[in-house]
Formats: sequence, structure tokens, C-alpha cells
Amino acid sequence: MFERLRTLLFALPLVLLAGWALAPEPPPRDGRLHIQYWEKWTSFEGDAMRAVVDRFNRIQDRIYVEYLAVSQVDQKMLLATAGGNPPDVAGLWAFNVHVFADNGSLRPLDDLCARDGIGPEDYLPCYWELARHRGRTWVLPTTPATVALHWNKKHFREAGLDPERPPRTLEELVEFADRLTVRDGDRIRRMGFMPSEPGWWNWGWGYWFGGELWDGKSRITADSPENIRAFEWVQGFAKRYGTKELSVFQSGFGNFDSPQNAFISGQVSMVLQGVWMNNFIRTHNPTMEWGAAPFPHPADRPDLARSTVVDMDVLAIPTGARHPEAAWEFIKFVQSHEGMELLCLGQRKHSPLSSMTPEFVRRHPHPYLQLFYDLAKSGRTFHTPRIGIWREYQDEMKNAFEEIWTNGKDPAAMLRRVRERMQPKLDAELERARRRGWLQAHSLLAPAAHALP
Amino acid sequence: MTIAAFPRSDRHTAPRRSVQRRRSLVLGLLFLSPWIVGFFAFLAFPIAASLYFSFTEFSVLQPPQFIGLANYRELLRDEVFWKALGNTVVYASLALPLGIVVALSLAMLLNTGVPGLAIYRTIFFLPSLVPTVALAILWLWLFNGSYGVLNYFLPGLVRALCWGLWSLPGVALVWLLAQAATARRKPAGQTLLLVGGLAALSAAGWAAGIPNALAAVTPPSWLSDPRWVKPAMVLMSLWGVGHAMVIYLAALQDVPTHLLEAAELDGANPWQRIRHVTLPMLSPVILFNLIMGIIGTFNFFAIPFVMAPGGQPARSAYFLAVNLYDNAYLYLRMGYACAMAWILFVIVFALTMLALRISRGRVHYAE
Repeated sequence: MFERLRTLLFALPLVLLAGWALAPEPPPRDGRLHIQYWEKWTSFEGDAMRAVVDRFNRIQDRIYVEYLAVSQVDQKMLLATAGGNPPDVAGLWAFNVHVFADNGSLRPLDDLCARDGIGPEDYLPCYWELARHRGRTWVLPTTPATVALHWNKKHFREAGLDPERPPRTLEELVEFADRLTVRDGDRIRRMGFMPSEPGWWNWGWGYWFGGELWDGKSRITADSPENIRAFEWVQGFAKRYGTKELSVFQSGFGNFDSPQNAFISGQVSMVLQGVWMNNFIRTHNPTMEWGAAPFPHPADRPDLARSTVVDMDVLAIPTGARHPEAAWEFIKFVQSHEGMELLCLGQRKHSPLSSMTPEFVRRHPHPYLQLFYDLAKSGRTFHTPRIGIWREYQDEMKNAFEEIWTNGKDPAAMLRRVRERMQPKLDAELERARRRGWLQAHSLLAPAAHALP
Repeated sequence: MTIAAFPRSDRHTAPRRSVQRRRSLVLGLLFLSPWIVGFFAFLAFPIAASLYFSFTEFSVLQPPQFIGLANYRELLRDEVFWKALGNTVVYASLALPLGIVVALSLAMLLNTGVPGLAIYRTIFFLPSLVPTVALAILWLWLFNGSYGVLNYFLPGLVRALCWGLWSLPGVALVWLLAQAATARRKPAGQTLLLVGGLAALSAAGWAAGIPNALAAVTPPSWLSDPRWVKPAMVLMSLWGVGHAMVIYLAALQDVPTHLLEAAELDGANPWQRIRHVTLPMLSPVILFNLIMGIIGTFNFFAIPFVMAPGGQPARSAYFLAVNLYDNAYLYLRMGYACAMAWILFVIVFALTMLALRISRGRVHYAE
């Protein structure tokens, strides 16, 4: 009797486990089709997307979107897709698009776009381009971003500069920076400008000087004259203020999203930052007097005025998603003026769409909304090169930046080393692409930067 | 027991016993099955698969393509891999001996019969319970070049040390002179000359402001200075020394007192007792900690991953395990990362074998 009871006791969990694993999912009680949406955002950015999801769930009764905040969403989606169990909608970054598309883990959206009349005319060209790769559309935008120079007006006044007149050329930037810098003996108290802060675009200094990181076809151009010039310009700051002093000064910076942020706390007077910076200033130092303007260009290259980095967050349908049609319905809603402006207003960014409604502009709290929108619309935009080896290339560029910035290495030599390291890797990637027959079929090789009239 | 005691009864009960034996085998396997299934699904199969993947080009999303030894050939020429390997070796060769010496010294100090041993033992052990990521974030602040606690106290400590050391010859001279004056024992002329010379030198140095200059050296900005980031991490590794210390302490308490007493009776001084009795008795534990240390330091991952993203500054804190992770999950080169993992395994295996070989005849296993 006791033995039987014991067997039962051992068998029960096994039976339960097997039952749990084998049982089909019960249909949801509300009779709707539930789809999974993985997104990277938390806090107010997450709230903005949640509001869009709630609106979508309210206005129709067929589909219910379940929003799930997931950290490192690209890596988790990668593993979920490889394991055959991806979400129906994934919120990725634009820099994931070409890698995931080339690896066959995204469902192309061309047929759906064509059916429902979504096309290039709906978006600002630079964002539409980011959604495309090898001649197909793989994702659609959520929130876009451009970057600009942010400056501290109070510091300008203290240094005897006109607080309403930011530097226009890079030469002016250096001159203003020097006047804004405050030193106390050897110790730096404040820097006018510091190329390593925030350090998110350290790979891209060449673009501000008219450089590219590859020629759009087959050559790595890390050590082109423009790139070398850019990194020599960067190193100029380290030479002028002292590597060691800068490193001690910089080690006192707090986290980006904190009142100790170098720009928000007034340790650095001018900084290259994105459209999101306004949110962090409002949170951590609401009384700060600041302005935003296009990042300066070299005096001898007026054609490079109004340059900006473009980036965006995107929605994708992973290969193997169970309900692509329902996923598309949701993505389509986000692309409408209603969905997109609700989202971008909540995240206080501009819209990737080719027009903004007057209501959106009127209600938008960002004081420089139009600047960031216009930079994307009419500026000279550039973004990360869309090659599979980019993440590795980016790390090489970051390393070169540190060697030049911290260790005083020669920019030309360091950039040559980057090219020599990355060129064989690009060759191998192109060889793979050739094997798969991509190179003849499409232009894999859209130029990384493009100038708009 | 029964069988051994009554060998004859075997024959009669043979069929029943074999049934019983089979039943107990099945039952035993059944009870073991969670482990067996887990072992094959989560250990044996992945290990075998990683060996296969190391000969392929594998992005995780596409099926692997066999490319022979190409990954290994590329590794040989990959300067970033060599840099990461170099960093790992430097870290291991500093952190490993330091960890052993510090843990052993602490254990020996605690073993001297201090009152409140349990309290000290707990205090020294406690830090090793802090989760690694929390630890990394904590040390990020301790090491902060501008506001870090370490650099707050360091100048004072260095100043005290400089002044103390610098005034040592003078103090010695005064003491010798005092002895000479009281004439209890005349110091040798040579000693007096030497100490007097040193004191004169130090006085001259003092006048020239050398100790002040030494004390005024600015402390390093630990984590943003390529030369200091590895030493900083070595220093930090001492945080977890409590774990090894407890093991040493347990072993120390097993060293037979009669051997120590016998050595003492034979006139061995404390150092000789440590060298010839305690250390040989501890040698198996030291070997164990050494091997665990080799494995641990070569797999150094979580701390640099959190504290020095991308191995910054300038890859001076880029370790092998981090490089492996980047290749696997950021660059989508799983095949290459697997090859790296196997190289890492071969290195750790070879070092472990080497440690075992060297220890042969030196490690004393008590009967």
C-alpha cells in the first residue's frame, strides 16, 4: 500500500510535466488572436509604445497584441528564431536589418506594403532607405533619430560668447571649446568639447569630414585622407589638454541617464547628441539653458553643412512567426499618422513619416523638433555601413579611437591597421554573398551615406 | 554483506537475485535519469556539437558549412585573439599566485588561535558571496579615478609610507647614538657609519623635497588607464579570496599537532615548521586550489564584461572569454567562437596537466 503510494508520488510530477508539455495552448477567452510583440523599451519609452498597443487593441476586436519588454532584444530574437519559436513582431534596431535579412530570419514585407499601399512616398527618404536592403523592404520604422550639437548657453555667457550663436565650422568649435574650458592648475574643471563624450559615434568622425568607411562596393576605406584628417582633429584635443588629465577628468563622469551626465551636470559645454537628449535634460536638470544646432562642418567643406547621423528603431516579422498577417495589421497601424504620432509624441522624437500633422507639431514638447526633422529631411545623412562584418568593424574603429585618444598612437597607422584587418573579412563576406547569388540579383551595395538635393 | 557471509546460498537464489538486480539497476537508472538526461542534453551533446561547429562557418541562423581547419588557421593570425590571450595570461599569472599567497596567509593567521575565529572566518568569507555583477558595479565606483574611495585614501597612504620609510635611517641613527651615549653596548663603527651615511642621504633628499614629490604622485585613474586596468582587476580578484581561505583553514586544522610538536622539539623554528610540516600537509589542497584557479582565471568573463565593455581602454582589458562571446553573439561567428573555445580548453587542459606533472612527488597525500 505504502509502496504504491510512493510510486504514485513519484509518477505524479512526471505525468503533470508531460501533460504540461504536450497540452495544446487553450484558446484565449476573448476569442481574439493573441500575438507576441517583443520590444526593447522600458520606462517612458515603453509607456509610449504601450499606449500605441492599447489603442490598437481597443480599436478592433480581432487581434490582441501582447507587449513584452525584452532586454537585448536582438540577441534574444536571434536565438528564438534559430530555435523556431520567434515572436510575431520584434522591435529591433536599424543596424540589425541587413544582418538578420541576410541570414534569412526576417520576412520581407514588400508584398504586404504593395497590397496596402505603403511606399517610399510615406517616409522621409533616409528612413525608408534604412528599412531596405538588397532591393527589398524588411522592416518598417518606429521612432527615428538624428543627432546635432547641443550647447550650454550659460557656459557660453560665462565665457563671453554669444549664447545664441553656436559654432558653425569645426575650426570655430575648437576655438569656442578652448574658451569654454576651465582649468585649475593641471586639473580640468570643465571641457568646452570632448570628442570622447558620449563616445557613441567614435567610429564615425570621418563622416563629418566627408569620409566613408567603405566605398559601397568592395573596399574598406578606414584610412582615407578624410578619415585620417578627422582622427587627427580628434587627437588635437588630447594633445592640447593632456591625455592623462583628460582621462582623470573623464573618469569622474556619471552614467548617461543620471544627473551626473557630463553635459547635464555642466562638466562638458558642447556635446554631440541625439533627439532624445531633451528627455534626459528635462528629467535631470529641467532649468538648464541649452540649445541645439546642426553639427559644425570643416571650414573648407561647406558642402558638408547640416550633416547628421540617422538611426531608427524598427518593427520586423521574424521568419517562422506564427501569425504574420496579424503582425502586419499591427505594424500597419503603427505606420499610420495616428499610431506613429502617438508613439513619437510619447517618446518626444520627430516622426519618420514624410509629413507631420499640425496637431503633432503643436503638442510636441521638444523645443528643437523642427531642427531634428529638417536634418533628416534635407541634411546630408549617414548611417552605419550595412555590411555583415559591421559590428566587428565598429569594434575595430572604437579600438582605434581609444589608441589614438588615450595612447597617443598615430591616426594614419592605426586606421591603416583597421583597414588591413577588415579588408579580408569584407572579401570573405562578399565571397559568401557571391556564392549565394546576391551580388548579381540586387545592389547589395547601397552607398553608406548619401547626399540629398 | 549477506552475499559475502553466505556464499553458498548464491546458487539457490540466483534467478530471483538477477531479477532483483535488474530491478534495482532500472530503479537506480530511473533515479539517476534527471542527471543522465541533463548531462547528455546540456553537456555531452553541446560539447560534441561545439567541436563540430569549430570546423564550420556558422552564424547560428544559417545551417553550418564545413570549412575544415580554416577557423583555426585564422585564429593563428588573429592579432585580437593573441592580444586577448596575452591579457588573459598576464591576468592569470598575477591573480593566481597572489590569490594563493593571500588566501594561505590569511588562513594561517586565522589558524594561530585568535579568539573569535568564527567571526573572522565569516567576515573574510562574506565578500565572496556578493553576486559578480553587483561586485563589478561596486568596484567601478571604488576605482573611479576622480571620486573613487580608493583614490581618496591612496594619497594619504602613500604620503604616510613615504615619510615613514624616508625617516627610517634618521630614527635608526638616533637610536644607535642613544645606545652609544648610554654606553650600555657600543655599536660597531661600521654600522654607525652605514646608518649615518644613509641618514645623511635621506636628510639631503628631504631637503631636496624627494619624499614630498613621491607623495604628490597622482594616483592612477585605474580603469581608464591602459597600464592600470589589469592590475586593478588583479587587486579586485582578492575580494573573492575568502572562498579559498576557508578551504585552507579547514586543511590547516587537519595538520596533525603531533608532527608540529615533534618538529618543535627537534628545534625547528616557526618558518621551518611551516616549510617542512604545514606546507607539505597542505599540498593537496594547494594543488586543488591551483587547478581551480587556472580554470577560473582563464575563464575570466563577467567582471571585464561589465567593467570594461569592449575591453576598453584600447583592448587592455579584453580577455579571451569576452572575445569569444563577442564572436559568438555580436559578430555571429559561432564556428570561430567554438574554435576559440577549444583552444581555450586545450590551454587549460595542458596547464592542468603541467600542474599535476610538476606536483608529482611534491604533493603529499596523508595516509
